[in-house]
Amino acid sequence: MNIGIVCPYSWGVPGGVQFHIRDFSEELMARGHTVSVLAPGGEDDDVPPYVVKAGRPVSIPYNGSVARVLFGPRAAARVRRWLSDGKFDLVHIHEPETLSLGLLATWLADVPAVATFHQGSKRSRVLSAGHGILQSTLEKLSARIAVSDEARRTIVQHLGGDAVLIPNGLYVDRFTAPPRPEWQGAGGTFSFLGRVDEPRKGLPVLLGAWPAIHTAHPDARLLVAGPGDVDEARRSIPAEHRDAVTFLGAISDDDKAAMLASSDVYIAPHTGGESFGIVIVEAMAAGAPVVASDLVAFRAVLDDGRLGALVPIGDSESLATEAIALLGDPQRRQRYRDAASVAVRRYDWSEIATEVLAVYEMVMAAGSPADGPRFRLPGR
Amino acid sequence: MIWIPVVVGVLFLLGVYLSWTAGRLDRLHARVDASRAVLDAELLRRSASALELATANLLDPATSVVVADAASRARTAGDNERYQAESDLTAVLTAALGEPEELAAWREDVPLLADALGELSLACRRAAHARRFHNEVVRAAQRLRRKVLVRWLRLAGHAPWPETAELDDTIPRAFNS
Repeated sequence: MNIGIVCPYSWGVPGGVQFHIRDFSEELMARGHTVSVLAPGGEDDDVPPYVVKAGRPVSIPYNGSVARVLFGPRAAARVRRWLSDGKFDLVHIHEPETLSLGLLATWLADVPAVATFHQGSKRSRVLSAGHGILQSTLEKLSARIAVSDEARRTIVQHLGGDAVLIPNGLYVDRFTAPPRPEWQGAGGTFSFLGRVDEPRKGLPVLLGAWPAIHTAHPDARLLVAGPGDVDEARRSIPAEHRDAVTFLGAISDDDKAAMLASSDVYIAPHTGGESFGIVIVEAMAAGAPVVASDLVAFRAVLDDGRLGALVPIGDSESLATEAIALLGDPQRRQRYRDAASVAVRRYDWSEIATEVLAVYEMVMAAGSPADGPRFRLPGR
Repeated sequence: MIWIPVVVGVLFLLGVYLSWTAGRLDRLHARVDASRAVLDAELLRRSASALELATANLLDPATSVVVADAASRARTAGDNERYQAESDLTAVLTAALGEPEELAAWREDVPLLADALGELSLACRRAAHARRFHNEVVRAAQRLRRKVLVRWLRLAGHAPWPETAELDDTIPRAFNS
């Protein structure tokens, strides 16, 4: 198949949606399909050969905040040229609700269009204001995919209609790394991954629980990986428990896999804002038993607690109790590990890409929404 | 006599709008039919892979009989009972395949099962997706047909009122792993 993919965000800026599109495109190409990705980007941005740049986005005030958008006649001309040069069988648009390339491509495409919605909650409200105007454009989408229940709920509430659920993918085998003994504690290893200075990633909740955990398991160690200012976080730990905490800073993908593989318990104390929970899937892929806060997204990934432990959101005391109990219970950890290693296959690109390709097949079988004459005499 | 061009202009714009709406409705009707055909094909694929699993001599006899029965009922049901029979097949598959751990253990005991189960799991997902895509188009067509102008001017012609496909196509719990 010849597939055109529209990315709403600049290729050069790291982000979940960009990584998703990159891995998915590479998986499709490995299976022999042709892929072209259209993404915002200026002339001096460095991109892989399958990415076409559509110009720089501009920032405008919209709906009470600043939106990075790309539209207008010039952008429309570029999208039109990309569509006609590509001669695609189908276009796949990510985040069509952002006022950017996706909306233009949906409007201009004369081949079947599939959309994927990544965001949950507030950010997607952008569209609801202009709902009526956009209805006939969004109607052209033959299939809508949501990556999580939360993203799907947002579509139902704010855009109307429904979407099918296909989670984010990852390459499970890239997470099978050997543990690093120099990172492991004699009495067990805990780990955390996420921006250090972003409260909703939950590091303060974990550090609040750490003195209790460290008292119960004095030879245990806590690894904290992620970018952000470390000093403040370090100062918040009582001095006698501080040395057992190692801040690794921002780490590479290989180091991430090794850190997760070195962990006896991976802790996801997030307090909100997670639409899917890829961090947990990564930990499961690397074989780290998980303790996570009871967010809707995490509960779904952990299958209501069958694949890992769930604790109340933002509650250091419960987190400490559960983490202490889980480290002291090797059998339960092994049970989580075994169940997770099977369950995580569901998220491997080999599965996810097959499912998305199945959607493509069905959409193409149902034909293009733009088939037939554009104007007809009333009454037929 | 300024009103003559104004009236002509208004009538022209109305004509363009109506012609555009009629075309949009026409395309939606065509998509309703096409997506219904896709849904039918996917449901057939699902019952076919269930039947294949049941007749491959890989499951215990009782499970085989129950699954084969539900699958062939779904394949032969008349138009009125079709979706009920498909929902029954969903219930039977969910019960027969059990919990994710049981299925994983099963897979290890009978390696040949893996392919048949993989195909059935994909077929179940495809059918569920196809139904949602179909219902989306149906709802868009319904929305447009409820508009006052479309009803008054009978822009829909004699096309029947599009109905959503209602059946239980929940993915069997065992496949959530």
